[in-house]
Amino acid sequence: MFEVIVLFLGVSLLFYCLFAGADFGAGILEGFSSRKFREKGQKLTYDAIGPVWEANHIWLILVVVILFMGFPKVYTTISVALHIPITAMLIGIVLRGCFFTFRHYDPIKGRSQRYYTGVFVFSSIATSLFLGIIAGAVTLGRINLETTNFIQGFISPWFNLFSFAVGIFACCIFTFLAAVYLIGEAREEDIRRIFLDQAIKSNVVTVIAGGFVFIAAQMDGLDLIELLWSHPLSAACLVLATLSLPVLWFTLIKRNVIVPRLLAGFQVSMILVAWLWMQYPVVINLTHGEDLTLHNTSAPDATLQMLGWALIVGSMLILPALFYLLKSFKWNQEQVH
Amino acid sequence: MEDLVAARLQMAISLGFHIIFACIGMVMPFLMAFSHWKWLRTSQPVYLDLTKAWSKGVAIFFATGAVSGTVLSFELGLLWPKFMEHAGPIFGMPFSWEGTAFFLEAIAIGLFLYGWKRLNKWVHWVTGVFVGISGVASGIFVVAANAWMNSPSGFEWVNGHAINIDPVAAMFNDAWFSQALHMTLAAFVSTSFAVAGIHALLLLKHPKHPLHLRAMKIALTFGAITALLQPLSGDISAKDVAQRQPAKLAAMEALFQTSQPADLIIGGLPDVDKQEVNYASHLPGFLSFLAHGDFSAEVKGLDTIPRDEWPPVVIVHIAFQVMVGAGMLLMLTGLIFLFLQWKRNPLLTHKNFLRLVALATPLGFIAVEAGWVVTEVGRQPWIMYGIMRTADSVTPMNGLVYPMITFTILYLILAVLVTWLMIRQIRVLHENYKPSLQEA
Repeated sequence: MFEVIVLFLGVSLLFYCLFAGADFGAGILEGFSSRKFREKGQKLTYDAIGPVWEANHIWLILVVVILFMGFPKVYTTISVALHIPITAMLIGIVLRGCFFTFRHYDPIKGRSQRYYTGVFVFSSIATSLFLGIIAGAVTLGRINLETTNFIQGFISPWFNLFSFAVGIFACCIFTFLAAVYLIGEAREEDIRRIFLDQAIKSNVVTVIAGGFVFIAAQMDGLDLIELLWSHPLSAACLVLATLSLPVLWFTLIKRNVIVPRLLAGFQVSMILVAWLWMQYPVVINLTHGEDLTLHNTSAPDATLQMLGWALIVGSMLILPALFYLLKSFKWNQEQVH
Repeated sequence: MEDLVAARLQMAISLGFHIIFACIGMVMPFLMAFSHWKWLRTSQPVYLDLTKAWSKGVAIFFATGAVSGTVLSFELGLLWPKFMEHAGPIFGMPFSWEGTAFFLEAIAIGLFLYGWKRLNKWVHWVTGVFVGISGVASGIFVVAANAWMNSPSGFEWVNGHAINIDPVAAMFNDAWFSQALHMTLAAFVSTSFAVAGIHALLLLKHPKHPLHLRAMKIALTFGAITALLQPLSGDISAKDVAQRQPAKLAAMEALFQTSQPADLIIGGLPDVDKQEVNYASHLPGFLSFLAHGDFSAEVKGLDTIPRDEWPPVVIVHIAFQVMVGAGMLLMLTGLIFLFLQWKRNPLLTHKNFLRLVALATPLGFIAVEAGWVVTEVGRQPWIMYGIMRTADSVTPMNGLVYPMITFTILYLILAVLVTWLMIRQIRVLHENYKPSLQEA
């Protein structure tokens, strides 16, 4: 059952990054759109992510529930040491979730729309940034459970170059994901061209930000290249993601819709798998004492059994429903439009 | 401010905010589905308009409820890590099912809100009903988890560690049924009366408006029936609390001395130092009856509880009085409605009746909030009743007053915005509903 739970944990995290990540990215993209284009872009964004919006965000709840039921020490350690970035991420989640809905359901489309959009864009950036910062902090290994010193205990684990580099990388890659996703959703040629343009630009920025993550890691004393090299599967994933870049660029320029979408999803998945595999079975690297692994933090067997069955039965209920949702709104679009 | 106090306030504010949205998210879909069903059956356009108007409310409240619920799932760890480290593996099971129910709810709401022209009309209707059903299910699971904090079971506590964990026994703890029943009914009562009250207020402004009239009748029917059932569930809860948490019952009733028989105290202001209650009315023997079903039974007072394990008596007592008082008023309003409706009495549209219903708008939510104060403050000083103290569980991070203030401001802004948006919705609804279209 342990393996089942770990698999669900990884898949939930991956789906959260792919689906909610594209949502976050759509918010960030709006901030970089020209005013002329913004209104059309907003409507498209809404139509594209509105129906799946709520479902996209439940993956995070799954991650949290799996952690606190199955790996309580991991959940509480992150909660204590990363209290501040988690709080910031939560405020971002609340604001963007509310303002996205307010914007759509406010029947009077006036000046208030500008404020909704402002908050939506800003909180999309903040949420992605802090999500990345949390991931960076977990990897960097500055979490110190022994100290009661405020700076050492609650600030330095995440307030560092590497964590911020990961945060910025998350913002970039989510933006790229959103742009590629929206190319396929656009029905008008001029809008499609704009998203195509944004996809290419954001991809370039993402590659640069990715490089910066490696530099920041070196500067913060984490030999990321060495670490990846010692995990051949992780290295292979990254190589595959990199090798697929030229194909992506080629297909983007050729204005292909399906291949770039698949490749974008593939690249994000490969990066996440590379990171998870590099970490496995460690979840949190600590400064003092033994690192927290999936093994040394797992709940008693009775709990794991129950959690595993809940996940299996739950997914048997959820997956058909999710399939029906996507079928109704995503795959039958041609007939509707 | 002390960190423990700040943490407790933040939790209380987050829960107090979330619970209103959660209740509305649970119950509005049923009201909406009822109106939707009337439309499918009768083809009267007014029911379609009402369904669409309510569905916008559902969307806004669901979104706000979902994100504030996400915050709570993190706050358990952010504020009470030492509790979660032990409790997570024990009481996590209802949360894992809640996750499933919530996921299904999120899918159903997507299908319902965007499925108007895309789905078969009855399939579409079913997705709306499903939003309600999965909402109620997730509510029940969350309350079952909370009930475990009041009635920890499914493990043995040895030297500060839980062993022999049985998550199934923990989920079906002694308190889960009475708490879940009481909360589910409370959600129906509060949301139904709030919806009815708003439409009654609009009827005062726009007499005999067909949409508001139908809306008020649907909501009041739901509200009246559940308000009449609520005292039964209250009775189950009282007997359960008397048995499991005598300190909570004693605080609710400000019963300082063990008594046989015990009087039911109505109103009053407890004086904890002198251990007496001022300005209260007494119903002889009624507390014995409520707690144990026997007018002469003994009821344990606070004197049987060590002083440092008393819950804050004044808060719990007043909250309990407020909850019961508000519940009674709603039940009375419901009874008047049912009588008038049964007699097909024209007083249903009389200004005074509408005023009464309008005044009832906030009462249900006041009762819900007060009820949670009774449950949660009445559990203090324990986070795991009888096993772990709240003070021993708080996070070591200092400066908790800052996140507390931040979340308070955030929730205040959102509350104002949601109210403002509702007012705008109603205004637009009236612009689209010209008097010429109205039928009595």
